Parts: sequence; C-alpha cells; structure tokens
Amino acid sequence: MAAKVEAGRLPREGSPWTGLWAVVAKEMADYLTGVRMQILEALIVLTAAGTVFAAAENLRTTVGQDRFLFLRLFTVQRDPLPAFIGFLAFLVPLIAIALAFDTVNGEFNRRTLSRVLAQPIYRDALLFGKFLAGLFTLTLALTAIWLLVFGLGLVRLGVPPGGEEVARSLLFLVATIFYGGVWMAMALLFSVRFRQPATAALAAIAVWLFFTVFWGMIAQGLAQVLAPVRYGLVAEVLAQDQVARALARVSPIALYNEIAMALLYPSLRAFGLLAVLMQFQEGVILGAPLPLRQSLLLIWPQMTGLIAATVLLFAVSYILFQRQEIRA
Amino acid sequence: MDAPVIQTQELTKRYGDFVAVDRLNLVVEPGEVFGLLGPNGSGKTTTILMLLGLTEPTSGTVRVMGLDPARQPLSVKARVGYIPDQVGFYDDLTARENLIYIAKLNGIPRAEAYRRIDEALERMGLMEVADRPVGTYSRGMRQRLGVAEVLIKRPALIIMDEPTLGLDPEAAREFLHTIRDLKAQGITVLVASHLLHQVQAVCDRVGLFHRGRMVLEGTVEELARRVLGGGYRVHVEATGPASAILEALRRLPDATKAAQTGPEKYMVEGRRDLRGEAARAVVEAGGSLRALQLEEPSLDDVYARYFQEVEHGREG
Repeated sequence: MAAKVEAGRLPREGSPWTGLWAVVAKEMADYLTGVRMQILEALIVLTAAGTVFAAAENLRTTVGQDRFLFLRLFTVQRDPLPAFIGFLAFLVPLIAIALAFDTVNGEFNRRTLSRVLAQPIYRDALLFGKFLAGLFTLTLALTAIWLLVFGLGLVRLGVPPGGEEVARSLLFLVATIFYGGVWMAMALLFSVRFRQPATAALAAIAVWLFFTVFWGMIAQGLAQVLAPVRYGLVAEVLAQDQVARALARVSPIALYNEIAMALLYPSLRAFGLLAVLMQFQEGVILGAPLPLRQSLLLIWPQMTGLIAATVLLFAVSYILFQRQEIRA
Repeated sequence: MDAPVIQTQELTKRYGDFVAVDRLNLVVEPGEVFGLLGPNGSGKTTTILMLLGLTEPTSGTVRVMGLDPARQPLSVKARVGYIPDQVGFYDDLTARENLIYIAKLNGIPRAEAYRRIDEALERMGLMEVADRPVGTYSRGMRQRLGVAEVLIKRPALIIMDEPTLGLDPEAAREFLHTIRDLKAQGITVLVASHLLHQVQAVCDRVGLFHRGRMVLEGTVEELARRVLGGGYRVHVEATGPASAILEALRRLPDATKAAQTGPEKYMVEGRRDLRGEAARAVVEAGGSLRALQLEEPSLDDVYARYFQEVEHGREG
C-alpha cells in the first residue's frame, strides 16, 4: 500500500511543453493561410490606411508646431473618420475574438481533439500552443499595421520621427498586443467552456459589447451612488470622478485607452478630472511633455492590469480544459 | 510468455453516482486481437481513455506495457496508437500534412518522419490521394488514414474504437482484413465495438461489457459453448418424408435438440459438429439432401441469451 501511495506522488514524466512548438507552427500556418485572417487583414489595413491618411492631411498644415508630430498620426482625427487609436480600441478585440473563439471547441467538433491528445503531448502544450499561435498572429498583423502607419507618415509628412517618438509608439504597439491578448484569452476561455463555436463567439461579443457600450455608463451610475456630490465641493466632485475611473478600469478598454493616452500624449500627467485640474493649477493648457520614464510610471498599473487579466483568464481556461472529459 | 500488454486490476471509473467502469480486470497478451464488445454506454470508451491516460481512474490500477498511463502518459502515448470513434482530421489539410503534424507531435525527426509517412500511406493504399485535402475523403478512406497515422509511431499496441461503424459492408470487411494484417505484423490490437457479429471474426478473445462490467471473457467458441450450451447448430435442407428425417436427426448421437424450421428445413444442435452424421441420417431416412450448413456461433446470440438468462435468474 505504501508503495502505491509513493507511486501516486511521482511527478508527471517529461515536460508539459513537449510538442508546444509543433502546435504553434501548425496553428500559425492555419491562421496565416486561412480566409478568416485575410478578411481581418483587409479590414484593418483599410481602416488604418484611411485614418492615418486623413490624419496626415490634417497634420501637414501644422508641421513644425509640434514636437511629437508622429504621435499625432495615431491620435488626430478628421471627420468623418475617428482617430487611429479609436479604431484600434474597437477593432483589436474583434480580431482577437475572431481568431480564438473556436480554438478548442473547433477541435472537438472536427473530432480531432482525442486524436491529437493521444499523441505524446500534454494538454498544456495544446492549449498554450494555440494561445501563443493566436498571439503571434495578432502581433504579426499589428506590427504590419504599425509599420504601415510609420511608412505612410514618412511619405505624407516628410519629417523623420524622433527617437522618443519611435520609443513611445513602439510601446504603444506592445500595449496594443497585450490588449489583444486579454480578449484572446477571453475568447479562448469561452471556446473551452462552450461546445458550440457560435455560442462561444456570441458570448465573447456580448462581453465586448458590454464593456464597450454599457460599462462606462454603469461605472458613472455606481460612482454617483457610492460617492455622491452632496454640497458641490470640488473635493466631492473629484472623489466621484476617482471612483468612476476606478470602476471603469475593470474594463480592459478603459485600461487600454489610458495607456494609449499616456504614451501618445507626452504631456498627460494624470487621468480624468484630476488631469484637467492639474493643468489649471500649472496655468498651462498644454503642459510640458513628460519624459518617457515618467509616462511609463503613469501607466505601469494599467499595463500590469492588462497582463494580469490575460494571465487570469488563461489560467481559468487552463483549469477548465484540464478537467474536461475529452470524449466526443 | 511475455508480460501482458494491458493489465488492469479492479479498475473503476465513477462520474458522480454513475459507475462507468466497474472493477474491471482485463489482461491482454502480446500479439493478440482482443475485442472489447458491448452496447453503447457500457464503458468501453471510458476504459480506453483510462488506458491512454486521457482520463484518470477513480480506483484500481492500469498498466500498459508495464507503465502507468496516469503517471507516464507520454511514454504510453508514444507506444500506443489510438484510432478514436469516427476519427477526425483537419479537413482543409492534405492527408500528408495531417500526418506531418502528428509526426511532429511525436518528435520524429523530419527525414525519418517523411519516410514513415510514405510507407504508411503506401501500405494503406492512400498514396494516390495523399496530397488531396482530407475533406474530400470517404469514410473508409478516413478510417484507413487513421491506421496510417498510428503506424507512423510504430506502435506495439493499437486501440480502435468502433472502427467499422458507418462503413459500408465492403469497406468494413477490408478494414477487418487490415486488423488481421496488423496482427500478423506482431502488433497487439484492442478493438472496441458494439457491432458484435462484425468484429467477432477477427478477435482472438473477446470481453463482453454490460453496464460497466465485463461479464464474459474468452474466445468466441468458449463463450458460445458456455452460454449457448451445445454451441454447434447445423441447418439442413432436405426433401423427403419430414417426420422420418426429423426422427433420424433427433436420434443422432450427441444431438441435444432437433426441430423442423420450415418446409424442407431442419435444424439440429449438438455438442460437436454433426454435419457428417446428419447428412447420412437424412439419406438413410429416405430424404435427399439439398444443403447442409454449420451455423457459426454468433456473439449477438451469446449476448442476447446471456442476458435473457440473467434476467430470468433475477426473476426466479
């Protein structure tokens, strides 16, 4: 009996990552040759080119007035097109969901899952491999767009970007990838949880809609209840705004927006009403730009939040997947 | 005798209150074809999943080639080929691409993998269609591709779940032939199926499952003798005086039962093969023999009869 207990405690043999790169390579090949990816690429390239082109047209009139001209490419809007960051905040979740909503349940429905898991690999490798492949694909697409924006900027503006501008926009790219990672982890979770890909896709879109449209309003409403403005004091108004912000930050969209703002508007020192207030106190509307390090400090919590959400969502799907009966 | 390929002791799997597999003691020897037979939901697939380490037993032990699948799943899965029920492939990839993926997951070096893939495709007669998307394959071709896939890892044991389900009779027969070939090559095969009559011909030994328990185990002949009693049943077709022929058949030595089953049709059951004696008896009784056939003991009959008796026993 003692020997049996001993045997039960033996660690699992081999590495959980055996076969990981085989999975990543296969999944990426599937993504990159798939029709789904081509549609998404076309969509994002069109919007990116359109918005940046419009922004550049706008900026050409103001060349020389702004130290961070290149960063303006991402943020300036010209009606009727919204700014590039607006498009990204909106489109990246959709792309991430579109890439990941059928990762696991798709294998179930094709009846390939039990066959693949009968190979000498652990489930860890399959799930993580699929997630990595999705993330790499997203990285590839976003990097391509980022380069496109830069190229267009060079051509249309005719001014080379400064070192800090490159650094800031690169960090912005990294943040965008992590932002996509959150949504991808969520879609992955639904693909493990729901047997039907359509259900998983709908659930993911529902969450996305909730955060895009409703959460902002709900956060405002809750803040009014939690931190009411009784006497109209500035402190009260500020407190309410802080509560509303804190609540809004549950949404990855809010986190991403704050990160993007801090990176692309170097003069931004705080978020929300506080920022407005600080600007008044200093007596300048456009404050002096912060060094990159300071901007990074400002968004550090938001970045950590995005990554933590990704890790958490992935961990939940991992546990669900490990416990799942794989019989069809 | 070599060590058993599969050995389970008191293997049990519960899902909540439902007992999927109940104290299974199964031994499969090297080189044999073992049939895990029984209706759907009798615990066959659950047993297979435990053998592969894809699901953990509630209690009891499993050894596959001396390894514990729950603790050494990689070594077990590297040596065992599994063809699941209604095997699925990536439809938009070609057969070759599907197999390359599997070879990579098995960590087989590229050159060696390509050689083995060609060999396996050739062997299963899929060479001409190897570069066509699997989406265009018929059910039978997919099943053969399933075998090609497991052959890549040069397995010592192949486990098949419902391999003939959904195949047309011709394809099913061909597939059973493939199983015999695998056996001839020295590979141990475990076949799970509810189509008892279809797979009984290829199995050296079978285990009959009912509600999670293996209720009968042995060769088909053994089971037939044990459950059907006589076990040998001869069908006779003869013209001539019916009562005389029937009487002659009844009086055969070792005959346990004789009956007329239709106009000019008779049946005699015995403890051994009575064809020779029956032919002589018919002629001596003044009849002329038209046809004589030994009925193969059918597992379906064994199964049905066994549970009839079990039910009767319970009532009585």
